[in-house]
Order: sequence, then C-alpha cells, then structure tokens
Amino acid sequence: MSSALAIDRLQFAFTITFHYLFPQLTMGLALLILVLKTIALRTTDEQRRGHYNLAARFWIKIFAINFAIGVVTGIPMEFQFGTNWAQFSRIAGGVIGQPLALEGVYSFFLESTFVGLLIYGEKRLGPRGHWFASLALFAGAWLSGYFIIVTDAWMQHPVGYRIAPKGMIELTSIGDLLLNPWAIWQYLHNMIASVVTASFVVAALGAFYLLSGRHESYARTFIRVGVTTGSIAVMLLIFPAGDQQGRMVTENQPVTLAAMEGLFQTAQGASIALVGQPDTDRMQLDNPITVPYVLSFLTFRRWSAEVRGLDAFPKDAWPDSIPLLYYSYHIMVGLGTILVAVMALSAWLLARGRLYANRAALWLLLFMTPFPYIATTAGWMTAELGRQPWLIYGLMRTAAGISPHVSSGNGLFTLLGFMGLYMVLGILFLFLVWHEIEQGPETT
Amino acid sequence: METVWFCLVVVMITGYVVLDGFDLGAGIVHLFVARSDEEKRAVLASIGPVWDANEVWLVAGGGTLYFAFPTLYAASFSGFYLPLIIVLWLLIVRGISIEFRNHIASPVWTPVWDSGFAFASLLLAVFYGAALGNVVRGVPLDSSGYFFLPLWADFRATSAAGILDWYTILTGVAASLALTMHGTLWVALQCLDPVRERAALLARRVWWGVAAATVAITAASFAIQPHLTQRFGQAPWGFVFPAIAALGLMGVFFCKAPQTELLAFLSSCGYLLGMITSAAFGLYPLLLPASTGPALSLTIDNAAAGIYGLHIGLAWWIPGMFLVAAYTIFTYRRLSGKLPLE
Repeated sequence: MSSALAIDRLQFAFTITFHYLFPQLTMGLALLILVLKTIALRTTDEQRRGHYNLAARFWIKIFAINFAIGVVTGIPMEFQFGTNWAQFSRIAGGVIGQPLALEGVYSFFLESTFVGLLIYGEKRLGPRGHWFASLALFAGAWLSGYFIIVTDAWMQHPVGYRIAPKGMIELTSIGDLLLNPWAIWQYLHNMIASVVTASFVVAALGAFYLLSGRHESYARTFIRVGVTTGSIAVMLLIFPAGDQQGRMVTENQPVTLAAMEGLFQTAQGASIALVGQPDTDRMQLDNPITVPYVLSFLTFRRWSAEVRGLDAFPKDAWPDSIPLLYYSYHIMVGLGTILVAVMALSAWLLARGRLYANRAALWLLLFMTPFPYIATTAGWMTAELGRQPWLIYGLMRTAAGISPHVSSGNGLFTLLGFMGLYMVLGILFLFLVWHEIEQGPETT
Repeated sequence: METVWFCLVVVMITGYVVLDGFDLGAGIVHLFVARSDEEKRAVLASIGPVWDANEVWLVAGGGTLYFAFPTLYAASFSGFYLPLIIVLWLLIVRGISIEFRNHIASPVWTPVWDSGFAFASLLLAVFYGAALGNVVRGVPLDSSGYFFLPLWADFRATSAAGILDWYTILTGVAASLALTMHGTLWVALQCLDPVRERAALLARRVWWGVAAATVAITAASFAIQPHLTQRFGQAPWGFVFPAIAALGLMGVFFCKAPQTELLAFLSSCGYLLGMITSAAFGLYPLLLPASTGPALSLTIDNAAAGIYGLHIGLAWWIPGMFLVAAYTIFTYRRLSGKLPLE
C-alpha cells in the first residue's frame, strides 16, 4: 500500500463509493417525491391533498440532507480526474470532458435552481408551481445520472473517437458518445437500482413507524408507495436492464465475464457458480455449488453454448483483482435476489390488505434497509473492477493514467484527510436523518 | 476556435468569481455584521437559495476547461495537487455548514457551523487569489508538460518558489479583501438595518484595503510577469479591462447612499470582472506560463482539444448557457427586495 498507483486507485474508489451512497437515494427519491406531489395535485379531496403534500414535504427534507452531502462529495470526483489521473485526463479529456461539462451546464444548474424552490418555495409557488419544481428536480437529477453514465460507459466501451498523431484521443462523433449502447443499458440498470433503493428506504421508514406505533396514516402511505414502485422496479432491474447489461459484458468484455462468474476453464454447457471461493493460483473454485448449463443459457440463450473461461485469455488481460470482482458480482446478484423476494412478498401481502398488520413482514422490510445500498455498491465495484486492468477498455491501462508527479506521500495525506472528513460527514448525516425521523412528517 | 474557448473559459471563471464571490464574502463577514441569531439567519437567507447554483459555475467551468483544454486541466490540477484538495475540503466544510446550521436550534450547534462557514469562506478566498497569482507568475513546467509545486518552499518568488511566495500571498490577501467588500455590499443590498448599516460601514472601510491591494498587485504583476507588459504594449485596446476595474472601484466609492446600494454592488461586480479579464487579457495566448522558459508554456494552441470537439462543444454550450442565464435571472428576480428578520 505504498505505491502512488494503489493510493490513487484507493482514493478514487473510497470517495466515489461514499459519494454514491447519497445520489443513489436522491435520484430514486426524486421520482417518489414526484409521485407524491402528482397524487396531491390530482386529487380533489382536500384532506387527501394535505396528507400527500405533508408526506412529500417530509421526504423533501430527507432529500435535502442527502442532496447536500451528494453535492459536496461530488465536486471532488470531477476534480480528481485532474489531480490524481492527469495522464488520463490529458489523453482522454477531449472526449470525457464533454459529458462532464454537459452535466454541469444542463443538469447541475437545473437541479440547484429548483432544489431551493422545492425546499423553501411551497407557499410562494402554489400547488402547480411546487409540483413543477419537483418535476424539474427529477429531470435534472436523472439527466445528471445519464451524463455520468456516458462518461463511465465510454471508459468501458469507447466509441466515437480517433487517436490523433500525438497520442491524444479525440472525439469524432458526439452522437456515438451520447448514444453508446453500453451507456443506455447501464443507465437503465443503474437508475432502476436507484429507484429500488429509494423504494426500500421509504417503505422501511413506513414499517418503522408502524412498528413503533407512530404516524400511522403516513406510515401506510410510505409503505404503499414504496412497495408499489419497488416491486415494479425490482422486476425491471433484472429483466431487461440487468440481463442486457450482462450481455454487453459478454460481448465486449469476455474475460471480465469469466472472472465475474469464477469460470476458470472454457466449457460447453457451462454451469453457473452460486457459491465458491476462487483460487487463481490453482485455477479452480473451492467449495463450489453450481447449477449446470445455466451460465451458457444466460449468456448465449443456448444450453450447450461454449463460454470461454479465464484459461482462454493471457494473464495480462485478466482483471487484476479477480476474487474481489467475483465476490462483488455475487453479492450484487445474491442480494438482488433477496430484494426481489422481499418486494414480491410485500406486494402480495399489500394487495391482500394484510401487510400493515403483519409485524413479521414489517420487520423484514425494516431490516432490508442497508441491502439495496450494498447491492448497488457491489454492482459498481463489479463494473469498475471488471474494467481492469484497463482505464479505457482496450486503449489505456490503469497504471498509465496517474499523475506523473504526485507522490505517494501527498496521495496518502489526502486519502487520510478524505477518510477523516467523510467519517465526520457520515456521523452528521445519520444524526440529522435520525432527528428528522424523530420529528416525523406531522410536525413539519 | 481556441481563442473562442479561451474567452468562454474566462466567462465561466468570471461568472464564478462574481456570483460565488458575494456568497463567499457574505460568509467571511456574517459574524461581524450580524449579531443576533435572527440577524445571522437573515444574512444566510440572502445567500441560502443561491450559493449552490453559484458553486455550479465552478463545476461547469471546470468541465468546460476539461474538455476544451485537457492538457491544461491535467497539468494544473495535478501540479497544484495539495491546495486543490484543500480547496475541495473547504468547499465541503462550507457547504455542510450552511446546509446543516438550521436543522437544529441550539446554542451549541449553530456557532460551530457559523464559524466553520466563516473560516472556510475566508480561506477559500485566499486560496483562489493565490491560485490566480500562481497562474500569472508561472510554474516550473517540464518538457513533458507537467510540474509539481509544494505549498511553500522559497517565499522570494524565484523559480524555486512553491505555491505560496510573497507575490501569491499578496494576491491571496487582495482576493480576500475584494470578496469581503463584494460580500458586504451584497449584504447591505439584501438586509435591513442594523445589519445593512454595519455592512455598509464595513464596506467603506474595506474599500481602502481593496484600493491599496489593487495598486500593489498591479505593480507586482507587471514586475513579475514580463509577458503582461509585452501584451498590453502590443494591443493597447486591452487597457479597457483595467479601466473597467478602476471604474468599478470608483463606483463602489461614490455609491455610498442607501438608495444606490444596487449600483454599488454592480460596481463591485464590474471591478471583479475587470480584474479577471485584465489578467486573462494580459496572459493571452498563454494559459499557464512556464517559469522554466517560454517554450515550455502551455498556450491555447498546444493545450487545446481536437477541433471537432471544440466545434460541437460550441453547439451545445451556447444554448445551454442561455438556459442558465434564464434560471439565474429568474432566481435573482425572486430574491430582489430586502429580507425581513424572521
């Protein structure tokens, strides 16, 4: 842990992982707030309208705390491309700078203008104006997500570029860059995951209030809205979004697929590993529990298709942390399956009118709160570890992208600083969110 | 096309300095011009709805610089590694200070965030000034187009100097004075007595400091960066930029009456605009002068991205910034008028 490369990677991984805990809630929550505001706007019943407006106002407060931390931890992400990854920025900045600047100009100004109106402007804007603010914020947040995914997708699957004489990568088609097929599927997968996180959080808070016998009418609304959107979202998350994302990896990064699945030997009718520990020295999976033929079917839609294992690729093309990549992927899929099961059960109970009184099911919803966050984080680790050893897939190695003159001593200093500062931010966040939960929706 | 993008990056930087400048300045002085909690809330309420959008100018400006001049982005961000990361930390402290302050009403909670806000605002102003000073002075770029500077090494502004030397400290102090004045004028414009009165008085006092600092950094800059003299000599029409700054400074001096508060604030905007554009004009076509020899300097030609990217960028950048202008006008029209104490 002394090389500059390791520190640069760890600092980016740490700051992006912490940062993304917040946008993954706010992007999904923006949709749920829009749903609540739309119900309030469309209803003619005075009492019902007041109820949904108060429910929205409560979640806007939670949104505001998350948004503030998302903003302040987001700025270091853009700047770190320059500070720690200067050689990458110099070579590829002409391409990836475009979506990053687009994000600033088209979505951050929109978001920052309307977030203030949404938080402070309910009285002055009137019902329609306030509803519009929630729509504008949703649009800004989801547009921002798209530009970031375009940036990452280009690193996963570069398109619309040429290599200029001095080795610089130049943009040749902004249409190809923005409509990169990788970006479209990754975007859907990611945004639906964000809706899943927000749905679980909203439903879990409803469950918490019901279990503690407080704010019961609001609790039921939270559970109903959370479970309804959540159960739709978990289905879409797996099919088509997750499935198509997997096919992008199969087609474009076959060695990544082999590492994710823990497939060491090329096989026809390859089996899928549910459990097992990869041993890269002996080229095998220890203690495996596998299901035959399923991997071939999932990847190529044929039970007997040949899936190339790690043995089909030279070692210098292998991702450099195969066990971590393998575990990230399996954690994402495993937790995703549990989330689907819990949402399906909750939706079934809700449809039969038995969810609110079923304490076991409410406890289950409450306990699920951390898991969508972990699944999403593991999903991003799968994507980014899977891209290794490339920084830009097939074009530039990660080791070639770091700043040439930033020493490991300077890097470690700032890494430790970020860790300390973010720990304080995390504690403050929990404290403030707890404070809002204690106050509840009715006192606002 | 490179020149167009040079101008647009300057537009973004100027927009950032003028807009975020007043909320930084308000942050520096809010402890002095507001005494009671109600007064502090009024000052913070005058910047609360806009500070985030103002800071977006920094992010969008960074993005613009990134794709138009990637070589400059790479060299300067990695070369100024430590101060840049410290700026990020300060932005974090400042952002959460203003956002978290009003969540809990407690005599222990709020003062922590008030001082955090003031401290971070002041240091940011100093860092920004020092950053501009470094760009004017030049940095030791090597033949690979990179450099690395420690925070301090030799304070005599020789080629062995670090980020802080006598000249960059001077520009840092000048920037913090200028933003203090800018912020107090905003507070005077937006708040009622007694906050307005204290702010107006403070602005008049700080004005002398700003005037002195302006003279000092102007003289020092011409002494330290010969390119400026050469550039203004070749294109004397460029003196229009320092003239704008001087006019702005005089405007602040003469607009003392309460009914001219808006004019005073706009004059201060003009002053900041004049100072930034003067520096930019004086450096053009250089982006980052090399203290190791003029051949190693980064210029708009050797640091720009490919021509297709620059062309296509213009096609989305211009309509995008029209939208931004619309949001900005909308927001500031809503904010016009004094804020009553709650």
